[in-house]
Amino acid sequence: MTYLADVAALARKDLRVALRARDTLPAMLLFVLATLVVFHFALPARADDAAAYGLLWVAIVFTVLLGLTRAWVPEHEHGVLDSLVLAPCDRSAIWLGKTLATLAFLLAAQAVALPVFVLLYAPLDGAALAGTVLADLGLCAVGSLLAAMAAAGRARELLLPLLLLPLAIPLVVGGVGAAISPAEERYLLFLVLYDGVFAVLSWASFEYVVTE
Amino acid sequence: MIRARGLEKRYGQKRVLHGLDVELPRAGFLLVTGPNGSGKTTLLRVLAGLAAPTRGALTVEVDRARLGFLAHEPLVYRELTALENLDLFGRLYRVPERRERIGRLLERFGLWEARSERVSSYSRGMAQRLGLCRALLHEPELLLLDEPYAALDEEGARLLDRELEALAGARTLVVATHEPRRLETLATARLALG
Repeated sequence: MTYLADVAALARKDLRVALRARDTLPAMLLFVLATLVVFHFALPARADDAAAYGLLWVAIVFTVLLGLTRAWVPEHEHGVLDSLVLAPCDRSAIWLGKTLATLAFLLAAQAVALPVFVLLYAPLDGAALAGTVLADLGLCAVGSLLAAMAAAGRARELLLPLLLLPLAIPLVVGGVGAAISPAEERYLLFLVLYDGVFAVLSWASFEYVVTE
Repeated sequence: MIRARGLEKRYGQKRVLHGLDVELPRAGFLLVTGPNGSGKTTLLRVLAGLAAPTRGALTVEVDRARLGFLAHEPLVYRELTALENLDLFGRLYRVPERRERIGRLLERFGLWEARSERVSSYSRGMAQRLGLCRALLHEPELLLLDEPYAALDEEGARLLDRELEALAGARTLVVATHEPRRLETLATARLALG
């Protein structure tokens, strides 16, 4: 229970810091909406729905990248990560708190972006929405770990996409597959497995990322 | 409490700590002095467990939960208020009677009136006082302070003097400072680097 209380306190802090800084959520919202609108005009009129779902995932992946790039800045700019690392809580709670806060921002951005997608492109059924949420989980779990690694260096804006994009490809395949394939349950199961494996790996390895 | 033999720390080719020997008993007060770049900060980070020594043996007989650390920066969130910062760390350190203790610390360090303002609106001295509150919040057994007088005005420095006087002899203290004269009478051991 204390572990969950620590995670809740850290996630609440992350949400509060990011909302007050007013840079993460507005940037994510603006980016995902702008991307969907630009793609609407760029996509040929005769393009089918499958292309639209692919474009949706391009927008989602780059939106989460935008959020993750800023995610660890408060901890690194003023050395606050040291005081968190010294606290007697399990260090993985820091990662989990950050993952939940990033997920909350991504879901908030999607709460606006997905209705716009339906309006401009194609419908989203239950499987497509489930695939989106599952892929979001994987993106935020792996992304929070990689963002912590990238934030320690000087070229975090360059390093994070290089680290995250190869690992995001299976999630994009799963997310698009859940939306367009008749065998959507196979893609959903794949996403569940990916989330499980990578969440455990990230949870277990975070300590080594933040300690020298 | 602290025992180090041949402590060495390298960053790449650069050797920052050169085979240090340190011995500090429980309730001792170690004053670390030296010019900029002599390794004071690195030594404190190694003692805190934030950096691993490259070579040598180090024993620090204190649990992470009973260690207090103040760096050049106050190590608090600038977008949060003083109360929110201390409440977060109070929760993580499982401080009993958290609110009462936070209130007492903020009053002692002259921050009670500014408790609900964001740290980003604080002067450097106020932020440093808040950093001290954070480091003292869980009543640490071992307190590591890196240049604690930096950014403090005369009133803040006097507050810190009083605090250290009260802690000396009861807690183990390691203080790295450019102003050793303020603490000469309290120190039980000295280490000059560089």
